[in-house]
Amino acid sequence: MLPLLLTIFAGSVFTAWVSRFGGLYAAWSAGVLTLLGLLQLVPGAVAVFAGETLIERLTWMPTSGLDLVFRLDGLGLLFALLILGIGLLVIVYARYYLSPRDCMGRFYAYLLLFMGAMLGIVLSENIIQLLIFWELTSLSSFLLISYWQYRADARQGARMALAITGAGGMALLGGFVLLGEIAGSYELSTILASGDVIRAHPHYLPMLILVLLGAFTKSAQFPFHFWLPNAMSAPTPVSAYLHSATMVKAGVFLLARLFPALSGTPEWAWLVSGVGLTTFVLGAFMALFQHDLKGLLAYSTMSHLGLITLLFGIGTPLAAVAGVFHIINHAIFKASLFMAAGIIDHESGSRDMRCLNGLWKHMPHTALLAMVAAAAMAGVPLLNGFLSKEMFFAEAVSAGTHLQLGWMLPVLITIGGIFAVAYSFRFIHDVFFNGEPIDLPKTPHEPPRWMKVPVELLVALCLLVGILPSLTVEPILRIAAAGVLQTELPYFDLAIWHGVSPALLMSLAAALGGGLLYALRGPLFILHEKHGDFLQGKLLFEAMMTALFASAGSITRRLDTGTLQRLMLSFFIAVLVLGGSGYLGSGSPLRGGRELLALDAISLIAALGLILAAVATVVLHRQRFVALVLIGAVGLVVSLIFVKFSAPDLALTQLSVEIVTIVLLLLALYFMPQRPERESSHPRVLRDVSIAALVGGGATLLTWAVLTRPYGTIAGYFLENAKSEGGGNNVVNVILVDFRGFDTLGEIAVLALAALGIFAMLERLQLPGPDTDEQGRRWNWDTHPAVMASLTRLLLPLALLVSIFILLRGHNLPGGGFIAGLITAVALIMQYLANGVTWTQSRLPANMHPVIGFGLLLAATTGLGSWLFGHPYLTSTFTYLDWPLVGKFEVASAMAFDIGVYLVVVGATLLILIHLGLMHSASHIAPDTEEAR
Amino acid sequence: MMEALVALVIGVLTACGVYLTLRARTFPVVLGLTFLSYAVNLFLFTMGRLTIGRPPIIHGTAAGYADPLPQALVLTAIVISFAMTAFVIMLSLKAREELGNDHVDGKDDA
Repeated sequence: MLPLLLTIFAGSVFTAWVSRFGGLYAAWSAGVLTLLGLLQLVPGAVAVFAGETLIERLTWMPTSGLDLVFRLDGLGLLFALLILGIGLLVIVYARYYLSPRDCMGRFYAYLLLFMGAMLGIVLSENIIQLLIFWELTSLSSFLLISYWQYRADARQGARMALAITGAGGMALLGGFVLLGEIAGSYELSTILASGDVIRAHPHYLPMLILVLLGAFTKSAQFPFHFWLPNAMSAPTPVSAYLHSATMVKAGVFLLARLFPALSGTPEWAWLVSGVGLTTFVLGAFMALFQHDLKGLLAYSTMSHLGLITLLFGIGTPLAAVAGVFHIINHAIFKASLFMAAGIIDHESGSRDMRCLNGLWKHMPHTALLAMVAAAAMAGVPLLNGFLSKEMFFAEAVSAGTHLQLGWMLPVLITIGGIFAVAYSFRFIHDVFFNGEPIDLPKTPHEPPRWMKVPVELLVALCLLVGILPSLTVEPILRIAAAGVLQTELPYFDLAIWHGVSPALLMSLAAALGGGLLYALRGPLFILHEKHGDFLQGKLLFEAMMTALFASAGSITRRLDTGTLQRLMLSFFIAVLVLGGSGYLGSGSPLRGGRELLALDAISLIAALGLILAAVATVVLHRQRFVALVLIGAVGLVVSLIFVKFSAPDLALTQLSVEIVTIVLLLLALYFMPQRPERESSHPRVLRDVSIAALVGGGATLLTWAVLTRPYGTIAGYFLENAKSEGGGNNVVNVILVDFRGFDTLGEIAVLALAALGIFAMLERLQLPGPDTDEQGRRWNWDTHPAVMASLTRLLLPLALLVSIFILLRGHNLPGGGFIAGLITAVALIMQYLANGVTWTQSRLPANMHPVIGFGLLLAATTGLGSWLFGHPYLTSTFTYLDWPLVGKFEVASAMAFDIGVYLVVVGATLLILIHLGLMHSASHIAPDTEEAR
Repeated sequence: MMEALVALVIGVLTACGVYLTLRARTFPVVLGLTFLSYAVNLFLFTMGRLTIGRPPIIHGTAAGYADPLPQALVLTAIVISFAMTAFVIMLSLKAREELGNDHVDGKDDA
């Protein structure tokens, strides 16, 4: 089943790509791929018909117990056939439906994506995996419904569908986690077998409610039904697909799938059948009053889904069989009806039944097809809809006899049936007869031949199933129902004539009542026009959305007042309160039992120097240049601290970063306002100093508390295996490029992104450079000092040599890609400082993007290399080489990774600094032009 | 007592960083963030406790090694904090261009 899913998902990408050669290629590609998918299903289908349940397992994340597990049983097979089969017809149909202006590649790519997601739902064995596909259908249906993005109603309908089904998906996740924990496994085989445990569990009811929320939102059950009519702004092929065989059927699929595990309790019966019955009657009622052809079909879909839900809610095995049967029948006749509606819309330019009249004369062929399909929807004998509706009525009667007020059930259902007959009748009569068309935008005519073929096939199926049920549908119905029930099937007989039964009488009543109701439609429409607005769930939804946005806005405005200072202040106060209360509440002593290190004089002096420099930076921060020099001193002492406490790599990194940072800040300082800022008021300074002192004191106490406590570390593993597995002595470097190489890859990606972000910000930035410095002195326009310029030029090769040396030895001694990269960057920046931008620019390319890109690529592909040898991503392999004069050293694949790191660091650092430097030279007014003036 | 000294240093760096980030102009805020980076990097580094004279570089005669894991973490953290500092500086320059001043909230009341 994995190859099948891969075919469809990869096919989606392929179809998008192939559409660049023309839309028709996309249609062909989508069609052929779907056909291929159907063929791939054949071997599995043979096994399932022989009574097997196929389980395919692919280890995915063994440590978290997550596998990709697929399951093919009768129910899954039935749905897979519907999804692929009707999908194929929709693909053919859409080829003729879409106009040349529509982007076919996008349409078919979305459609295949959606198809793959649906297949994933029905073929999943693991319920978490099922949920992933479930969410994917929400997302891809959003894309499909909003296919005509330029239309506001399409965007709105898609957003509503996403909000409702997405929220349902959230509930479903909660329900599935509960279900998995109750059953002790997230795999359906276990869950389906442990129904008794699940039903007896105290968390059964909350779990049931959450799962049902997921199913009901997806299947447009009351009160979540309103997204379905609003999703009708989608192109008709999308409606034909989503609202007949797929999207909305996912909800009832879930009911069917979990039927053995969840059903059989009063809670299940009341919730599921109550919601189903309400939706069934309400949908049928609303459908009659729609003037939009697709609106009628949308509400009718909702009603039929309510019918299926009600059948599962009744909960007897026979009702479940009827539910599965109606899933098949509804998919067939509803898909053909949507397609027929699309043809009518396409060839006449309107979907309004008040204008569409008498189309029989203009498109008799289409009219015949639509009439047969609509008759199947109404439940006319000799058509497929009749059989399942008959089973439905019979089940409702027998379920009603066990209940108090049980007679209500058949009565309500008959009322629903009356409306169903009435709206089906309206679909036929209003569109094809009832006078002449009124002001249609186009003169209606028959569609292209192949646009009708899918409809013809589906209508033929309606007839075949209706007349010869046991020859056509019975085998697949039996295995699908067996897949639902997971036990022996009850006896049932798909005969057309059962004799005079209550069900037949209900059918008769519905037919007669429906005809009568349709005849009386005139006054009813007027009544509905006046009082029908109360059922608009859409209005409620919009009111709720507005309220949600308003409350979110007010909360945001209260928290984020638009001043950074106040935000920072509340942040620091929160840190103090949380940290303080956490410590006071713990009751543990501040000092731990670890032995302390002795203090030495040099450390003391260095620390005092750092503290003095730091405080001086703060005190003098309004003299920005001085503050910059002082903070540079602080950074140098920080790198000395790293030296002292056995971290040579950190010291080297800190040192080179310090230089780059100071250069950067110097460049930036030039563009800052020169006049000293106003001093803060005294109370404010006092307040900030106390906050700062408290936070600093807290940091000191926290550090002290940690440092005086003993601890356990996982470092032993790295120290032991650095040499044998990573092939290096410098454990820090081996961790970076080998053990945790994937993290490093992420980090250099962040660095690259930061550099590109800065580049984007600088691109159109134009700041005026000041003419003079703070004291009013004009800038010095002397040429760059000759001695310094020539010395740095001489130094460049030397510095590059050092950086390469640092890079090469990094695996064994302090050094590595990060440090070497920074050293190279510093060496190159020196050229800019000493020789000027113009001189350096002409000798060194300023375009650093390829360097960054190549570095990232190198690092990423080095990791892939280890796959070739069957090792996990980024496993280092190494060998030893004898190099004359240098001696023996090893060549590790980690070296290539480190070179990637090196390139990214060089590229990113230079990109940032060079572009800021270029802005400088652009902002200068060149001296000669000034003198010329 | 080396621990107390390091704790004091981290505290002072934090306090300086906090005070400066509460200023109203962008430049001191950038300096404050730099201070906070120092403090945080040192703090993370000291989570491996203080070890003198035992760099984590394997050789036969070593009596023991400093914890290499926090060091590896902090090494990349230093580079990333550089990228962040650079980003914030450019952001402040961009803000100055678009808003015409260097106040952190973009309102020039000075």
